[in-house]
Amino acid sequence: MLQISLWKRVLILIIVLIGIVFAAPNVFYNRVEGHNDALSAEAKGNALTPEQQAAKSAWPDWMPSDIINLGLDLRGGAQLLAQVNVTEVYKARVDGLWPEFRKALADERATLGSIRRVKSDPGVLRIQIGNADQIQEAQRIAETLNTPVASLTGVGQKTLSITTDGNQLVIQLSDAEKASTDDRTMQQSLEIVRRRIDAAGTREPTIVREGSDRILIQVPGASSAQEIKQLIGTTAKLTFNSVIGTTSNPNQATGTDEEILPAADQKGLYYILDPLPVVTGEDLTDARPDTDQNGYPAVAFRFNASAARTFGDYTQANIGKPFAIVLDSKVISAPTIQSHIAGGSGIITGRFTVKEATDLALLLRAGALPASMTFLEERTIGPELGADSIQAGKLAAAVGAVLVVVFMVASYGLFGVFASFALGINIALIFAIMSLIGGTLTLPGIAGIVLTMGTAVDANVLVFERIREELRIAKKPARAIELGYERAMSAIIDANVTTFLTAVILFVLGAGPVRGFAVTFLIGIVTSVFTAIWVTRLFVSLWFARRRPKDLVL
Amino acid sequence: MAFRLKLVPEKTTFDFFKHQYLTFGFSVFMVLASLVLVVTMGLNLGIDFRGGTTIRTEADQTEPVDIGAYRSAIAPLDLGDVLITQVYDPNFRDDQKVVTIRIQAQDGQEAISPDTQAKVLNALQTVNKDIKIVATESIGPKVSGELIWTAVWSVLAAVFAILVYIWLRFEWQFSVGAVAALVHDVTVTIGIFSLFQFKFDLSIIAALLTILGYSINDTVVVFDRLRENLVKYKKMPLRDVMNLSVNETLSRTVMTSGTTLLALIALLVLGGDVIRNFVFAMTWGVIVGTYSSVFVAKNIVLFIGLDRNKEKKDPAEQFFDKSDVAAD
Repeated sequence: MLQISLWKRVLILIIVLIGIVFAAPNVFYNRVEGHNDALSAEAKGNALTPEQQAAKSAWPDWMPSDIINLGLDLRGGAQLLAQVNVTEVYKARVDGLWPEFRKALADERATLGSIRRVKSDPGVLRIQIGNADQIQEAQRIAETLNTPVASLTGVGQKTLSITTDGNQLVIQLSDAEKASTDDRTMQQSLEIVRRRIDAAGTREPTIVREGSDRILIQVPGASSAQEIKQLIGTTAKLTFNSVIGTTSNPNQATGTDEEILPAADQKGLYYILDPLPVVTGEDLTDARPDTDQNGYPAVAFRFNASAARTFGDYTQANIGKPFAIVLDSKVISAPTIQSHIAGGSGIITGRFTVKEATDLALLLRAGALPASMTFLEERTIGPELGADSIQAGKLAAAVGAVLVVVFMVASYGLFGVFASFALGINIALIFAIMSLIGGTLTLPGIAGIVLTMGTAVDANVLVFERIREELRIAKKPARAIELGYERAMSAIIDANVTTFLTAVILFVLGAGPVRGFAVTFLIGIVTSVFTAIWVTRLFVSLWFARRRPKDLVL
Repeated sequence: MAFRLKLVPEKTTFDFFKHQYLTFGFSVFMVLASLVLVVTMGLNLGIDFRGGTTIRTEADQTEPVDIGAYRSAIAPLDLGDVLITQVYDPNFRDDQKVVTIRIQAQDGQEAISPDTQAKVLNALQTVNKDIKIVATESIGPKVSGELIWTAVWSVLAAVFAILVYIWLRFEWQFSVGAVAALVHDVTVTIGIFSLFQFKFDLSIIAALLTILGYSINDTVVVFDRLRENLVKYKKMPLRDVMNLSVNETLSRTVMTSGTTLLALIALLVLGGDVIRNFVFAMTWGVIVGTYSSVFVAKNIVLFIGLDRNKEKKDPAEQFFDKSDVAAD
């Protein structure tokens, strides 16, 4: 019979009701968003302003308050794809190894001969020894400094790869260590980018790792990607180095223990520095904007205890000599040490504007990025353009829906009305599922919903056409309806599985807005099959049970 | 009898093979013409695939936009290949003039530098001081290179997945027919983008995949009926069974294409210029996809021929609970 068992009827109704309830908050989007914002402000422990109180009570607490996230193309905002230059970290690591190796090898100077570092590619330490025939011995000594990799994947491997090349030792990070370093670099970078963006106070940023060495940053409401780029594109690597001398020739030949860096505010002036910093920005416990004795903007900082001691000892030993404050490979100032600086606090002066000083303090507080970043992709969408797109999408969807309904009702009469109601429920279900899974609606996503409206009726059409055919060969209405559903089923399944396959591929391989389209499209396929097979069927069966029509015109 | 809109009469007996050489020849011609177009004219690749920057500007002015003035303002910046186009849309206000500026990827840069963007804005503001940038999109050569491959892979993967699924559910001849139809749809869609030099970007790939999904949907419905009829009319020649199947499903084909096209046309006209190319690709694809399931897919099956002695049982019967469908 055409009957649907009671428990199935109840189940269908429950699903439909749940769908409508969870889709409802999206109808009152602004109100619910205000409510949610007020709640999250409250959760942070902030006292609510009267407006926030009003916003909070504008939506009842017992109602679901999950709403669809609007994509950047609808809300406006900025998106950046940054690549972290993970190999930069190798250089710092390897450079840091030199003193240790120098000491170990120098202890055996009697057998090895003179020891010096020779120039090499970044990330590679080349040590030349005087007695080339003792290179094996040098390698043995070097190996004693080698340690096992501290990661799960690299068990049994050493951190360094130490090989020989004539009378030189070639030391670099092993592949396993590189992999684990990369991973650490990425995690630190993510954390620091997050801290910096949070400190700038923008709402709900998305910061996720993408692939092996990339970070995707989305900041809704940001007025331009450039602004964010300035905030996170600065490495903010702060070091305090000894000054060996100054020069006007950036290409002047230097020893291996010297490096030449430009002055930030004076063209043509270069400092020759000891590349091994005395203390670094990592040792800072605090940094805040301040003014110097002349009232110019400056940044005040404070070191942790051990760095304070190191810095104190250093200043004591070098009174009268200059030292350099280096930020991202530029010397921002090189004051002369006037006296022993104990206590570990001080100020950095440079020719800052107030904003620069404030930004620098923020960056120093958030910590330096372990490596610089290259921006591979950026998008900014103005909020007006986003609002226009929502408006256009809404209008198009409404007109599309009306056209489809008119067409269906004109073609199938009452059954067309059933299908149209099912279509409405289908759309509610799409919104409900999107809200629950925290999905993001993008402009192509709206197109996906509109397309779903067109195709969602397909399963109904297949059934209705089949019923017509069965009626034509003089079947009784009840039998025709049953057979219609039964015989259309395999076409519905095959057609939707193939469509589903392409949508899955779209989801897996697509990025950004395209993925947003794939999500709505996937959900739309599932809900449209459900509504066409079950919801319309329920309507038909209820109607049929009441009317018991002798003959059916479809 | 109640009024019913009937686009297709109740019973049709069109002979879809009557002009099979004409229709098939037409399809082959369209595919070849598309390939020739793509090779000779190329595609107007968006920055997704070639790298570069698109800047969308808006100015509040009622007088028409002087693209030449924009061009000469930007020319001194020496940014290489710059393409400036005005955007029209029925949703725009009268005093809303929108222009997009596409700049080629700059040497040694991935995404556009803040300086470059500021320089472009300054230059444009000499034309009209109210010009503002409403959106920028900048993609470095590295990412765009990867995106091309992702795009190609995704289309191939989709076609392959469909090939396998149809093969499992029907006969291998059907899957060859279906895939030929899909290749036809994709090629002809790419062809029209080449012909009109519409911007071809990542969203068009999404549209192509959607078209694949839609077209295969149509094809499968015809195949499903064909499978059913092959069992029912064992003695009827293959060609006639095919004609019968297409005729029987014709009303459904027209209805579904009709509703889908109605929805898409609403979106095409009213959905704004940002997704117009995307929607155009889908609209065109629905038309081509409908054509190909009627005129391409089954013709291939007919050319190959079917071994009708070993009809497959409809597998749907094996794994669907039929208790509520047919509890008679």
